[in-house]
Amino acid sequence: MEKEALITALKKIVKPYIQDEEAFENLSENTDFIKDLKINSANLVDVILDVEDTFDIIVDNESMEKMLTVKAALEIITTKLSEK
Amino acid sequence: MTSAEIIALLPYQKPFLFVDELTSISENSITGIYTFEKAAFFYEGHFKGNPVTPGVILTEVMAQIGVVCLGIFLLKDEIRQLSAPKIALTSNQIDFFLPVFPNEKVTVISEKEFFRFNKLKCKVQMFNASKELVCRGFISGMIK
Repeated sequence: MEKEALITALKKIVKPYIQDEEAFENLSENTDFIKDLKINSANLVDVILDVEDTFDIIVDNESMEKMLTVKAALEIITTKLSEK
Repeated sequence: MTSAEIIALLPYQKPFLFVDELTSISENSITGIYTFEKAAFFYEGHFKGNPVTPGVILTEVMAQIGVVCLGIFLLKDEIRQLSAPKIALTSNQIDFFLPVFPNEKVTVISEKEFFRFNKLKCKVQMFNASKELVCRGFISGMIK
C-alpha cells in the first residue's frame, strides 16, 4: 500500500479520538498521537485495535509501546504487512 | 483468587465501596452482588423526600464489580505484589430501564469484550431481585 493511502487510512482511524482539530488537519509523519492530537491512553488502545482490524495485523506489546507517532505507526504497519 | 481476596484489593472503602460479594469469576466474565443501604449518603439528596439510587451510582456499582473486580482477577499475580491497582474509568455508555430503591439488592453480570494494553472493556448488565433488567451498557477502564 502507498504511504499516502496508509496515512489516509490512519487519519480515518484516529479521527474519532482526537482533541486537537488543527493538529489533525495538519497531520504529517511527525505528528505525535498523544502530544499533538491529544489522544488519551485509553483511546490510543482503541486506535491500535482499529489498526489491527483495518490492516488485518497483530500489534504486539513491544510495537504498541513504540507506536506514538504517525511515522512509527506507518513503519509498524508496513513491517507487519510485509511479514504476512 | 477468591471473592474476598479480590474485594480486599479494591481501592475503595465506605461510603464508596459498592461490592458485597462476587458469586462467579472467570477469565471472560464476572458476577457480583450489592445491596443498597437505606442510610447511604446519596439518598438524602436524590431526590428530596423521595430516595432513588442515582444513575451515576448504578454506573459505579457496574464499574466496580464488572470492570475493576474482573481486572484485578485478570491481572492476578501482577497485582498481588502491589497494595492496590491503579485504575481509571475511561468511558461508559449506559442505558437505564428501571429505578432502584433503598434496600434493593442488585446483581451485576459483566462479560469481557477485550483486555489489551491495560485497557479492559466490558459489556455490563444489572438486574434487580426480580431478575428484571435495571441497566446495561459498555464500560472501559485502564488498570495496572
